[in-house]
Amino acid sequence: MAGLAAKRPVYRNIHVTQILGYRLPIAGIVSILHRISGSLLFLVGLPLILWLFQESLISELGFERFRTAVAHPVVKVALLAMLWAFCHHFVAGIRYLLLDNHVGLEKGSAANSAKAVIVISLALTLVVAGSLFGLY
Amino acid sequence: MTSQRIVTGAHYGIGSWLLQRLSAVLMVIYTVILIVAVLRLPEFNYGNWATLFVHPFMKVSTLLAGAALFYHAWVGVRDIFMDYIKPTGVRLTLQAGTVLLLAGYGCWLVIILWSL
Repeated sequence: MAGLAAKRPVYRNIHVTQILGYRLPIAGIVSILHRISGSLLFLVGLPLILWLFQESLISELGFERFRTAVAHPVVKVALLAMLWAFCHHFVAGIRYLLLDNHVGLEKGSAANSAKAVIVISLALTLVVAGSLFGLY
Repeated sequence: MTSQRIVTGAHYGIGSWLLQRLSAVLMVIYTVILIVAVLRLPEFNYGNWATLFVHPFMKVSTLLAGAALFYHAWVGVRDIFMDYIKPTGVRLTLQAGTVLLLAGYGCWLVIILWSL
């Protein structure tokens, strides 16, 4: 028993460089994805959306520039990433609001809702992306 | 009564925590409003899209949602800096830059909405 326990890695105050060796529970994965999606929305999403919003409203000509811009492959990839980031941040955020109100705090239900966040946010991303990019 | 040392900092954390959640709820409500408004457009073209934001209701709710978003982003980014950036000077510089950037985004949003 003692020998087995000694072999297990010990993490105290985990550093960012140790992340790959550390096995996060599903709720922890949702938590770090919440942080990553939030940073992406701040760094890329805000300026991108403000720029596209401005072009779309400034004039008829601007609206055409907006249409051309969102059809560009680089902008499309960025928008797809932002769409996932928004969906994840949105769905995970609702889970946190429920947890704050003591809904689903038990270990089992918290793990299940974390799984649901990942599945629902990916599904939402695919559905919205499909309709935005005219797949159907 | 024993000693009453305060060991929990400046106490503005609970305010930020609560406002971050309130701003999140505001953004959820705005998201629903925007999706419904866009889905009700007969066609997505410049005329219909711009007319949507001519209405004072849409202007004001977009600005309020924007304010909630910029405050929410400030709390989140500040938390990230406090967790990962230990040198005080670097952290303060980044935080000041973030405040300026978000304030600038706020002005940008006002300009976009009131150019219509």
